[in-house]
Amino acid sequence: MEETASNDSEMPSVKPAPADSKPERRRSTAGRFGVYGGRYVPETLMAALHELDKAYALARRDKSFRDEFRGLLADFAGRPTPLFFAQRLTQQLGGAKIYLKREDLLHTGAHKINNCIGQALLARRMGKHRIIAETGAGQHGVATATVCALFGMECVVYMGTEDMRRQELNVFRMRLLGAEVRGVDSGSRTLKDAINEAMRDWVTNVRTTHYLLGSVLGAHPYPTMVRDFHRVIGQEARKQILKAEGRLPSAVIACVGGGSNAIGIFFDFIKDQDVKLIGVEAGGRGHALGEHAARFDGGGPGVLQGTYSYVLQDTAGQIAATHSVSAGLDYPAIGPEHALLHDEGRAEYVSASDEAALDACQALARLEGIIPALESAHAVAECIQRVPTMSQSDIVVVNVSGRGDKDIGILREKLQF
Amino acid sequence: MAIRFKKRPGLVAYITCGDPDLDTSREVALAAIGAGADVIELGVPFSDPVADGPVIQRASERALQHGATLEGVLGAAKRIREQSEAGLIIFSYLNPILQYGLDRFCAAAATAGVDGALVTDLPVEEAGDYLQAMKIHQLAPVFLAAPTSTDERLRAIAKHSRGFVYAISRTGITGARQELTSDARTLVERLRGFTKLPIAVGFGVSTPEQFAEVGSFADAAVVGSAIVQCVEQNRGREAAAVAEFLRSLTGAANHAKVGQ
Repeated sequence: MEETASNDSEMPSVKPAPADSKPERRRSTAGRFGVYGGRYVPETLMAALHELDKAYALARRDKSFRDEFRGLLADFAGRPTPLFFAQRLTQQLGGAKIYLKREDLLHTGAHKINNCIGQALLARRMGKHRIIAETGAGQHGVATATVCALFGMECVVYMGTEDMRRQELNVFRMRLLGAEVRGVDSGSRTLKDAINEAMRDWVTNVRTTHYLLGSVLGAHPYPTMVRDFHRVIGQEARKQILKAEGRLPSAVIACVGGGSNAIGIFFDFIKDQDVKLIGVEAGGRGHALGEHAARFDGGGPGVLQGTYSYVLQDTAGQIAATHSVSAGLDYPAIGPEHALLHDEGRAEYVSASDEAALDACQALARLEGIIPALESAHAVAECIQRVPTMSQSDIVVVNVSGRGDKDIGILREKLQF
Repeated sequence: MAIRFKKRPGLVAYITCGDPDLDTSREVALAAIGAGADVIELGVPFSDPVADGPVIQRASERALQHGATLEGVLGAAKRIREQSEAGLIIFSYLNPILQYGLDRFCAAAATAGVDGALVTDLPVEEAGDYLQAMKIHQLAPVFLAAPTSTDERLRAIAKHSRGFVYAISRTGITGARQELTSDARTLVERLRGFTKLPIAVGFGVSTPEQFAEVGSFADAAVVGSAIVQCVEQNRGREAAAVAEFLRSLTGAANHAKVGQ
């Protein structure tokens, strides 16, 4: 929400970043992160994207907008979230000191609410009172339904029927909040298909509707705007660790589906070259295409749903099926800023399997009394793997992006006790 | 070997290639040309067709299940070209073209005798490299214009389009509709201020009345989902069914049969 991202609302330059330009720019210029990003959508949506870009550029310079955003983050969502020293997990692993950034304590149970508050305020400024959203795990859907209730807006959430099955509780929560949940039965019936359907709704109702996209995905300005709304995670964490330890952490670990919680906590550490940034993708149940959602392990550059980034696809450019035990990570593309961080070597991306995530979920529950969302459990899994190899003088911050209540059904199915 | 509309309204016929197989698609294309189509849009199936309604989504899924690829579509184009002089446009989402390679795609399309391409999710701002490659291979880039496009955008769209401009009749996805909205007429009028190219109106044209109505203000009508649905519902006699359908569609506008 500060002056970090440039915006481009000048019209049509017809000069994309040349394909061979070096990904040297840290900041988003003309919607690009190096060569990644851009705006690859049907023409009908272009005017809406420009309108959004312009509205956001004005809003973020407007003190009253920033004040209202921060006020709601504090009073409605419950920010700042604590940075908690995980003493027993640290003792058990015998390596680096582990701190948990407690986004799971936020209202609605995950970091997603940050972005939803920001975009709902923006939609209101633009005079759009119909909100549509996609959801995978249901956390973004619940957060969207929540802000729509708060602002008195009409809310339609698209969700794959496979995800509706595995995240049943969140479907009910959305309905309780007054949202209409529309099941999507095409493709793999998961997040990607929900986004397709939301885009079809948007292209049809674009004049009255704001698409409240839930991650750092899609066409410009979404990846920049959504990141800005989540930057507060890293801003807080940086201050909190300096206060607690008097120094910066050795590593920051976060799970990466589209990558919003990860970019949110990474962003203010990017300039701190000694802080390792580690993104954890869904390793699923195997290495073959279709068995996981690790875009940096088998994916390549491509265009999906508005943006140019790493995509899991076949040689003919058809998008691959994905699998993850966590609906929120079960997506074939990754936010374009992560693609740049990956290529630059500034962030490291690894994956954790379904099994490792389930184990990590239980470990955190039993050692710290915190049941993380299965998405966040992927970050915990990497922490469990990595910390024993680190020195006791190291510090690790793990982003617990959401709580596991929504996963009780699937945990019961998988753990059988 | 050119994009030319012989009557008004001209007829642009969209086919999802590979549904149910590429041989049938070629036959359907030739039948459509026989029934008066001036231009054939050869649709490349894509796994995530965000701009398309249920009819083309289903056709794309079937085509992909049967192994259709961009390369296969280019092969079909070549064989259609061997038998016809009608305009041929590759109609695709960007990713299959990116993975094939932009230059390689343009070279192969030119060799196959294709006249141009329309890439649904490639707006003019992002089209720099594409326009360059298309120019080198003397292919016509056709861009979409939407009712929501600002004048500034329409100017850029007109400037970079060759062959014709594709005006989307309404905000929304592809598929048949009961009636055309006033959006279409207004958009065509606005576009005329920026270009002398023919303007084809598409999205939702499926009845003789709509076809005739488009003829009253635009140069050509694009018929897509209605053809794809005709293919879906007439297994085993796809080409004949499409020809019959197109003849009945164009008859109301006294659109004389051409080609054949």
